[in-house]
Amino acid sequence: MIELLKQPWPWYTSGSTIALIMIMLVYFGKSFGFSSNLRTICSMAGAGRKVEFFDFDWKAQKWNLLFLIGALIGGYLSATVLKSDQPLQLSAATVNDLAKLGIDFDGRMNPGELFALKSLSSFGGFLLLLSGGIMVGFGSRYAGGCTSGHAISGLSNLQLPSLIAVTGFFIGGLVMTHLLFPLIFQL
Amino acid sequence: MKFLKYIITGILFGVVMAKSEAISWFRIQEMFRFQSFHMYGIIGTAVLLGTTAVYLIKKFRLKDLSGTPIKFHDKDRNWRKYLIGGTIFGLGWALTGACPGPIFVNIGYGYLGMVVVAIGAVAGTYLYGLLKNKLPH
Repeated sequence: MIELLKQPWPWYTSGSTIALIMIMLVYFGKSFGFSSNLRTICSMAGAGRKVEFFDFDWKAQKWNLLFLIGALIGGYLSATVLKSDQPLQLSAATVNDLAKLGIDFDGRMNPGELFALKSLSSFGGFLLLLSGGIMVGFGSRYAGGCTSGHAISGLSNLQLPSLIAVTGFFIGGLVMTHLLFPLIFQL
Repeated sequence: MKFLKYIITGILFGVVMAKSEAISWFRIQEMFRFQSFHMYGIIGTAVLLGTTAVYLIKKFRLKDLSGTPIKFHDKDRNWRKYLIGGTIFGLGWALTGACPGPIFVNIGYGYLGMVVVAIGAVAGTYLYGLLKNKLPH
């Protein structure tokens, strides 16, 4: 059993499990939306005293913070007891494209030059991660949700606003990948 | 059990996202370059099954764990905030290779550089709250 779980999971197992997670949360009387946690964290830190947007009863969101803690544990388990010994099977075309930008694919989850601790010692690397995070946080709250809230929960409930948001996700993602990456990574 | 069930659901989420490589920066690049079906398969399956489940829950007026009828809320009818906010989100998603959930799954996985992304995401959320009334919605 554990050997089976250690292998990389195919897309259909993954997609079905994500739908199951959404249904479980709905059954618990909640909804699947991860980025709300970012607002809750601001509120916990006392942002509600200065900014009205964060002045709400964050304790009612405790369940979602527990879900976040679970996500951290799940990540840890996947890198330890469930770690696969097979390299990630990335498409050859992507490997080629990224090589042209100077990003090497080594079969791991993420490029070491971006996410290893040592990348933080370079000012450029640090700034890249920080500004990327700011856009993720700012954009998800502006749009009222992220991939879980809009692409999964919203589309499953046939919400046109979610389809508009997901269209935005792709406009931004395509512009970054095809227009801005050559500028950012070839400097 | 009151709280444990959320942690367990979260663990399941973390494991499935990591084991299916949906937390991978490389996989997100592959998606935005249309060079693999992988991520589309994941999102497509989730939405297809999710739509079916939501339809059935509504049709049979199912109740949640506490016995309350399950309700789904409609998002407000607008387009500016979804399109502008969504586009900004997409720029960050492609750059960091992670949306909010995977940021934290990646930290658990051991990618400590993602802590900087998480700090940025909290800061970005704060910035939105600060500027909310001045932005087009």
